[in-house]
Amino acid sequence: MLQVARWRVILVLVVTLLGVVFALPNVLPENVRNSLPPFLPRGTINLGLDLRGGSQLLLEIDTVTLRRQQLDNIADQMARALRDAEPAIRYTGRGVVGDAARVRLVDPSDLTRAKEVLRPLARDTTNGQDILTFVDGADGAIEARMTEQQMRALSRQAAQQSIEVIRRRIDPDGTAEVSIARQGDDRIAVQAPGVSDPEQLRERIGQTALMTFHMVRETAPEDAAAGRLPPGTMVVQPYPQSGGTQEIVERRPRFTGERLTRASPSTDSQTGEFVLSFALDSEGTSLFCRITRDNTGQRFAILLDNQVLTAPRINEPICGGSGQISGNFTAETANNLAIMLRAGALPAPLSVVEQRSVTAELGQDAINDGQTSTFIAFGLVLAFMVLAYGLLFGGISVVALVVNGVLVMAIMTVTGAALTLPGVAGLILTLAVALDANVLIYERMREEAKAGRQPAMAIDAGFSRAMLTIFDANITHLGAAFIMLNLAPPGPVKGFAWTLLIGVFTSVFTAVLITQVLVAWWFRVARPRKLPIS
Amino acid sequence: MWPLIKLLPQKTNFKYVAFAPFLGVISLLACLASLYLTVVPFTPPCGGLNCGVDFKGGSMLEFSTSPRNVDLPALRSLADIGFGEVQVQGFTDPTSAMVRYETPENISSTQAQETMRAAISERLGEGVHFGRADVVGAKVSGELFLLGVVALGAGITLMLVYIWFRFGFTFGAAAVTALAHDVILTFGLFAVTQMDFTLTAVGSILTIVGYSINDKIVVLDRVRENLRKYKKMPMKDLIDLSVNETLSRTIITGVTGLMALGVMAYYGGEALFSFAVSMFFGIVVGTYSSIYIAAPMLTVLGVGRRDNFQSADDKKAKKPRDEAYSAS
Repeated sequence: MLQVARWRVILVLVVTLLGVVFALPNVLPENVRNSLPPFLPRGTINLGLDLRGGSQLLLEIDTVTLRRQQLDNIADQMARALRDAEPAIRYTGRGVVGDAARVRLVDPSDLTRAKEVLRPLARDTTNGQDILTFVDGADGAIEARMTEQQMRALSRQAAQQSIEVIRRRIDPDGTAEVSIARQGDDRIAVQAPGVSDPEQLRERIGQTALMTFHMVRETAPEDAAAGRLPPGTMVVQPYPQSGGTQEIVERRPRFTGERLTRASPSTDSQTGEFVLSFALDSEGTSLFCRITRDNTGQRFAILLDNQVLTAPRINEPICGGSGQISGNFTAETANNLAIMLRAGALPAPLSVVEQRSVTAELGQDAINDGQTSTFIAFGLVLAFMVLAYGLLFGGISVVALVVNGVLVMAIMTVTGAALTLPGVAGLILTLAVALDANVLIYERMREEAKAGRQPAMAIDAGFSRAMLTIFDANITHLGAAFIMLNLAPPGPVKGFAWTLLIGVFTSVFTAVLITQVLVAWWFRVARPRKLPIS
Repeated sequence: MWPLIKLLPQKTNFKYVAFAPFLGVISLLACLASLYLTVVPFTPPCGGLNCGVDFKGGSMLEFSTSPRNVDLPALRSLADIGFGEVQVQGFTDPTSAMVRYETPENISSTQAQETMRAAISERLGEGVHFGRADVVGAKVSGELFLLGVVALGAGITLMLVYIWFRFGFTFGAAAVTALAHDVILTFGLFAVTQMDFTLTAVGSILTIVGYSINDKIVVLDRVRENLRKYKKMPMKDLIDLSVNETLSRTIITGVTGLMALGVMAYYGGEALFSFAVSMFFGIVVGTYSSIYIAAPMLTVLGVGRRDNFQSADDKKAKKPRDEAYSAS
């Protein structure tokens, strides 16, 4: 063993050198870092939100609404399939009841044929999976329920769409360092460094921002108050601070915000108030043209998330494909709304189920505290090792420990794993445990020497006997780290697990390989008769 | 006299097993007391632990009036703002503190936070800085709680399986008994000190599990080695010998670990404090239980010469390496 293979020496040198190169930018002041030659890496450690300040939101998709929307679509599909059958199957009562979409056949004897017609809907044509189960309800009704699997797929898909929408909303220029990731089937974690007040985030994310255009049905106010509404209509409330009024509108929108190709804030040339100008795609243009032509003189309502922004009267057909919406906006609200509309609507409402924020000052305090304690702890431990094992062996373990620290920094820099405050604690702990490997090796050497072995034999036996114990000990740490990594939600604890995991690998590498190479080298040069620690 | 290692006697002859029954009773009592303090009062989910919002749900606001100390008595009247119970908790650093409260049902958590900030500023006067703010919904906190339990359970099971696999059942049982002792006492520490019990605390307990099992492996490894080496030595003496042989490693590793954590508790600020304190405690308890619980338990559980791995060992005894040992 004292003849250390050349590949080991080379490995130690190369890894250490790489470690220094990648860890270095972290300790250089920014101006020096920026003037580094281009072939050197400049990345620094990615600090967690608890250290740099920022906000973290955990959003949950409203799966109840999502399910209802989807069932509504399914009811439509079922109705269409029945209509399109040859000959058409007559039905009534198309709708959603509880967790099922339902149609009722006028003639119960059509049941077998209706099932035949509906069967293709039950299976996803792209992947062949079952998405619906049909059940015969009472008196000629057919009910369709979504499979659990389909519901989960739907949530995941909605989460994926929401992520894109949220990104366009909170980071329209793509410059901010926001991380938005799906968590589980129906949750989305948003991490925004530097945003210490999550209020603005919540405002932008919390809105579904679905814009719909409905025709207004003029109804006598007392009828509306008594709940006597024309069929197919609903009462909608004004959008907060928009100057809109309560209206009775058709339940079905004539078209939705998906038809918008452009939305931007501007001012009305006559009144000078802030408005939102928009442009429609070609289909939207012709739709809008037809609607305004057929309904000149009537009012139509523009709803945002089912609340009235404005309900102007149609004075003349609008066929140019663009227009403007007034809603008592300020420059800021008009701009926000434009961003929302450009980003598109969320597939389903989101609710905030967890929200954490740390101010930048507190983060800076934490960094300072973390740095102070790391430096002091490091210094004390190094001094203690030199005191305990002398300049030579103590010094070797100091070298191993310093390289260990450098490697952990380098790996964290390269992998982009976030360093959190508990992560700093994990780092200190890792270094302390890494020392244990050195201690185990040295203690074994001492014992072997005491048992009367020659130095070379003692060193050799020290390494090989201690190896197994070191292996066992590190496996257990690896286990603890893996469990935390797999179970912990993104955040401080996960950061801790990362440093622990990285630390296990670097400490085995440094404590074993580096110590071995250095001790062997010393031995070859000094040819000692006696170990300095025995 | 330098290096220091020369001061540590190479061969110590302390007796450990003799004290084990006495210390065992004390440990058992301490565990029972810890369990009692942890679960009583029987209020789910946390019992006697001072759970943070991670596990209990609700909102938390941290603030400081640095350089002045926080006037905690002035905050007592926060109970009057209609949020139900508002828990005010001071920190070791007297210039900062935190409040915890449930968000009332009729307003949003953001509005509640605004109201709370205003109420705190009003009571403490100028210069209140708000630092951290967490809001955790009831559903999420329930999940996090479950996650904490699962993580701890999985951690301990994993250790059990590994040690069983490496050392056989008797050693595994001894190590896991000692490990359970460490974990229970750490829970007791959280219950007694009323330190915030959060996800980070679960992380620290998992780390204690890792460190403690590491320490037990080192001692048990030596016992196993000596069992092969000294075939006629009584079990009691053999355990004493093994612990004595690993004593200087135990001391040096323990001291470095405690030094690092002590520094962290002192200089690391509020956020690292409870982490460092529980780890410090964990190292002390873990080291103690390796020596006085795990190793002596082997005599109770009856690892004898009849044990399984002994026969496997006899086969190995032909190797020259082992002969060298018996000669020394």
